Amino acid sequence: GPDPLITEVQDWASSFGDAVDAAPYGMPIRFESHVTRRNVEWLTESPVSSINFTPIHALEGTITPQGCAFERHHSGAIELSKQDYRLMINGLVDRPLVFTYEDLTRFPRHVTTAFCECAANGGMEWGGAQLEGCQYTQGMIHNMEYTGVMLRDLLAEAGVQTEGKWVYVEGADASSNGRSIPMEKALDDVMVAFFANGEALRKEHGYPVRLVVPGWEGNMWVKWLRRIGVYDRAVESREETSKYTDLMPDGRARKWTWVMDAKSVITSPSPQVPIRHGKGPLVISGLAWSGNGAINRVDVSLDGGRNWQTARISGDAKKKALTRFHLDIDWDGSELFLQSRAVDETGYVQPTKQALREIRGLNNVYHNNGIQTWWVKADGEVENVEIA
Amino acid sequence: ETLGLGRAALPEEIAAWDVSVLPDGQGLKPGSGDVLTGEEVFADKCASCHGEFAEGLDSWPVLAGGEGSLTDPRPVKTIGSYWPHLSTVWDYVHRSMPFGSAQTVSVDETYAITAFLLYSNGLVDEDFVLTNENFTEIVLPNNDGFYPDDRPETEYVLFKGEPCMTGCAEGVPKITKRAVDLNVTPEDPDGRPAGSLPDLRAAVATEGGAEVVAVAAEGEAVVEEPAAEPEAVAEEAVVEEAVVEEAGADPELIAAGEKVFKKCAACHKVGDGAKNATGPVLNGMIDRAAGTVDGFKYSKPLAEMAAGGLVWDAASLHAFLENPKAFMKGTKMTFAGLKKPEERDAIIAYLATFAE
Repeated sequence: GPDPLITEVQDWASSFGDAVDAAPYGMPIRFESHVTRRNVEWLTESPVSSINFTPIHALEGTITPQGCAFERHHSGAIELSKQDYRLMINGLVDRPLVFTYEDLTRFPRHVTTAFCECAANGGMEWGGAQLEGCQYTQGMIHNMEYTGVMLRDLLAEAGVQTEGKWVYVEGADASSNGRSIPMEKALDDVMVAFFANGEALRKEHGYPVRLVVPGWEGNMWVKWLRRIGVYDRAVESREETSKYTDLMPDGRARKWTWVMDAKSVITSPSPQVPIRHGKGPLVISGLAWSGNGAINRVDVSLDGGRNWQTARISGDAKKKALTRFHLDIDWDGSELFLQSRAVDETGYVQPTKQALREIRGLNNVYHNNGIQTWWVKADGEVENVEIA
Repeated sequence: ETLGLGRAALPEEIAAWDVSVLPDGQGLKPGSGDVLTGEEVFADKCASCHGEFAEGLDSWPVLAGGEGSLTDPRPVKTIGSYWPHLSTVWDYVHRSMPFGSAQTVSVDETYAITAFLLYSNGLVDEDFVLTNENFTEIVLPNNDGFYPDDRPETEYVLFKGEPCMTGCAEGVPKITKRAVDLNVTPEDPDGRPAGSLPDLRAAVATEGGAEVVAVAAEGEAVVEEPAAEPEAVAEEAVVEEAVVEEAGADPELIAAGEKVFKKCAACHKVGDGAKNATGPVLNGMIDRAAGTVDGFKYSKPLAEMAAGGLVWDAASLHAFLENPKAFMKGTKMTFAGLKKPEERDAIIAYLATFAE
């Protein structure tokens, strides 16, 4: 029969909605309350030194809203005002300097979009399929449009001496989370940012000032940035020795594995996004990215990697930023083994998990950029599986 | 050609913030510490998480042992087995530890803790004294265990080239691993992976949506909250009211207490679903007999004082929290204490808001 939602006058079509200023800084409508960051409690011992996951399964396009972009803190998200903010540059420079927040706003301003991916994204999956949903398996990532000043301009102000080969960046929080960055990168595309997606950084993303290190692992994107030390060598802090190094099968470890290699994942359908509409037109949607440049192409397989077809890149494929791909198919209602495979502008093709394991073994922890398999069953439910 | 922005950093400011210590000894401050002193300081400031012998409690990092385990299925990465540089130990302890009380370890204490950790890893004798003079002579066992990223040579060459598009593998896919078999994914109340998108058809009913539609059809209030929510909200409100009436606590004090509690939160959990951690769960602790949380293994001194009738009321908590070690000699709670009475008042008010 006729749909009463159409044939009967609905309340919202007759009376008033909210007045302006009902929410001077709005939140998503309550019907979207499932779209939140989530953590996996057993992963860490304390919520102030922990991580949560972006609901990438529930988002579209490429920009991650700050309010649901994954958080990683080492001693909690601190509250630091612009008035109390100071940034020091010292070490092998001609003029050790202290900047206020206002000083930073007077340097030439730049805008860049970049993904920030935790090096441990997918780390729980090294041993095999473990978590149900791309929020958990690939959700340690966000992508924002940043506004700030270039680190190279701040370094020029201080005058880097010829022996200065590395910068060491650290935060104002209790962990300080210092990391060393080679001068070449520091002078290239590293940004000292204070806006994200058009608004001030959120507290949990480093308000008022964070570092943006395009294409490189998230741990280096120091939040609440307070000091840039210029040195003749790497500091080799805890975060770049004990952690964020990659143990290989021979018992030795790779260090300085900064770049996040090309990777992709189908965000819908996925375990948290089963197909409920039955057979017929189906939009397969996913994200691809590479720390080595732009995404050239994404291929999708419906049969577990036996055959591939090239998906459509929707919107721009920016360098070192999330790229959205879509593939529109006519689903016949039979089971699928969905995979996606990113190819970046260097010609690098996203490898299988097995190909990575053959080189790196199972104790690598970080930098798992292997191909994800979703098993779509005839009833539309989706599982995280591995296949042979 | 500079912009002339910023001002000169003063030597005192640089000294305050540039505390980095590098592998070659750059940045080391003059001082010294011996193993036995280190053992005491470690027991006081570190052992609540890392264990008396640096063995790591619960899932907190283990700092000693693990030699020869780096090729094992479960490698144990410690200072002795994995860390390449002693400078990293000194730097991290001095700048970031103890967890929740960073930058409270003095220079000599840092030398002492570092000496103790060397001893715990079997790298020095118990009469060893670490100083800024002999620091760089210590070479950790895994010093040569790291090499710079070689992915361009060892991986990129393999992963480049035109990929296969058709007939890339034989046969039909065979499932070898299923995440559901491990069953470790957070779940929504309906058992689905947490955060699953709502069903835009049938499942609206489980969210109370069908009701909404029905109500809407009758022309009444369209957007009723799902039934569960207002109840929960109301319950919370009732609890808060009761507390306010009973204890006369003021919301500002409770809010202040919540902030102070961050100092405790590394070890103690409160609230819905809180469990014992390094310390016992603190729900419903106010005015309760000490040492009565199920499943928590209390220290001997606490158990003894509990047997003697200790009750956690405002007076005893003030005394304990002001100086834990003075109030309870030998307590496992390695916390320096809250010296400000207003902080102790706040935390007691905050804890009082958590029922059993």
